[in-house]
Amino acid sequence: MKDTPLSQKHIGLGARMAEFAGYNMPISYTGIKEEHHCVRNGIGVFDVSHMGEFIVRGKEALHLIQRVTSNDASRLAIGDAQYSCLPNEQGGIVDDLLVYRLPEDQCAEGEMAFMLVVNASNIEKDWNWIEQHNSFDTQMINISEKTGLLAIQGPKATAALQSLTKVDLGAMKYYTFVKGTFAGIDNVLISATGYTGAGGFELYVDSSKTEALWDAIFQAGAAFDIKPVGLGARDTLRLEMGYCLYGNDIDDTTSPLEAGLGWITKLNNGDFISCEKFKQQKAEGLSRKLVGFTVDDRRVPRHDYPITDGDGNVIGRVTSGTQSPSLGYPIGMGYVPVEFAAAGSKLFITAGNKQLAATVTKAPFYRS
Amino acid sequence: MEFPANLKYTDDHEWLRVEADDYAYVGITDFAQTELDELVYIEVDTIGESLDQGAVFGTVEAVKTTSELLMPVSGTVVEFNAALNEAEGDDPTLVNKDPYGEGWIVKIKLSDPSEVKELLDAEAYKKIVA
Repeated sequence: MKDTPLSQKHIGLGARMAEFAGYNMPISYTGIKEEHHCVRNGIGVFDVSHMGEFIVRGKEALHLIQRVTSNDASRLAIGDAQYSCLPNEQGGIVDDLLVYRLPEDQCAEGEMAFMLVVNASNIEKDWNWIEQHNSFDTQMINISEKTGLLAIQGPKATAALQSLTKVDLGAMKYYTFVKGTFAGIDNVLISATGYTGAGGFELYVDSSKTEALWDAIFQAGAAFDIKPVGLGARDTLRLEMGYCLYGNDIDDTTSPLEAGLGWITKLNNGDFISCEKFKQQKAEGLSRKLVGFTVDDRRVPRHDYPITDGDGNVIGRVTSGTQSPSLGYPIGMGYVPVEFAAAGSKLFITAGNKQLAATVTKAPFYRS
Repeated sequence: MEFPANLKYTDDHEWLRVEADDYAYVGITDFAQTELDELVYIEVDTIGESLDQGAVFGTVEAVKTTSELLMPVSGTVVEFNAALNEAEGDDPTLVNKDPYGEGWIVKIKLSDPSEVKELLDAEAYKKIVA
């Protein structure tokens, strides 16, 4: 099991640790609910240094990105970021990822540079997949091991962090980034992104500087009651927003269209992998869709519980489920046939020998 | 983490405290409540049922995990701690706050008291979770 630059720090803080994607990660420090509320209402910090980062640079870098990702990276200006996915040849998903269009100060004439941020569990798979399709004049560099990543999320993030940088954080638009000096550390990539729905920033930093960055953030955030937050609350926060988790809600067998990721699947943009399959799927109509649902019971739906119709027929499986800390009742997601996908449709979730009544709900479950 | 010496333990992280007349209280250990994180619901729908050792007598729901509750010994479930669920202002987090005291989950009547001595003592259980 690998350490992030901060694993020992988390242990020192008394975190409950567990292996995730081969890394020794904090699950929670003081309790999932408390950490969840801290991000929704104030400010919390996640160590997500386990995530993978690849630099893609060269004269044909854009061609490679356009070939392997489903969104349209040609729309990115320098300083923009984009949510996207890597489709496989069967119309499933290799991974979901962020695509950053980087400044070109390191580039030769005519070159472009991107950074891809991928799930920790898929670093090797994604690298091999993209490399396999790299028939372009483009170089890939895996900087995962030397990159630390902190997500500072919550409505107080801008106010708490502003003293650490000259970059005007409040002026940054969602899904943009700048490279700058942060807490006296050069070359920090300051990104107005996150996967919590609570607003805030993600900071990419040289791994050797991650601890110094963490310490400076906690010092600056003390007056805002800043707290460390583990992967447990990261999951409940993303699920309240209806965001997909790779390996649960999307995988090698799920289509981005079924998963509600049509908005990052730009079918008019040409020739990415499985584009024709998705066009056909769209023309023929989908047979199943990923839906969100609320449960009218105090039992909580969990990954892989069967979803049934009113007559007890199994029509799908729960992909993610949790008690929603913000709402105080259970929520979940799962794939169901399209005739059950409309908001208000009634479903049942099988929990042991009980049938939990559930109602299809449009995501996000929680609105601030 | 606490391991009271007057309790018996199972490797499924339940504890048992024997009282007079073959009655006993059952709950989950401090280790179990820490691993589960904050509980949001406890369901026991086996009141009055006679269950074998190891049988499921209920379910605990934490934010991120569901876990079954298993009988440490054979017996009849006679009472569910109403403060955890059924009372006005119920609070399943009593199990987190006081797992060996106010957070007891069920009271049972033992059907085979000889099973008790097969359970782990505090020292043996401590070694399992260390």
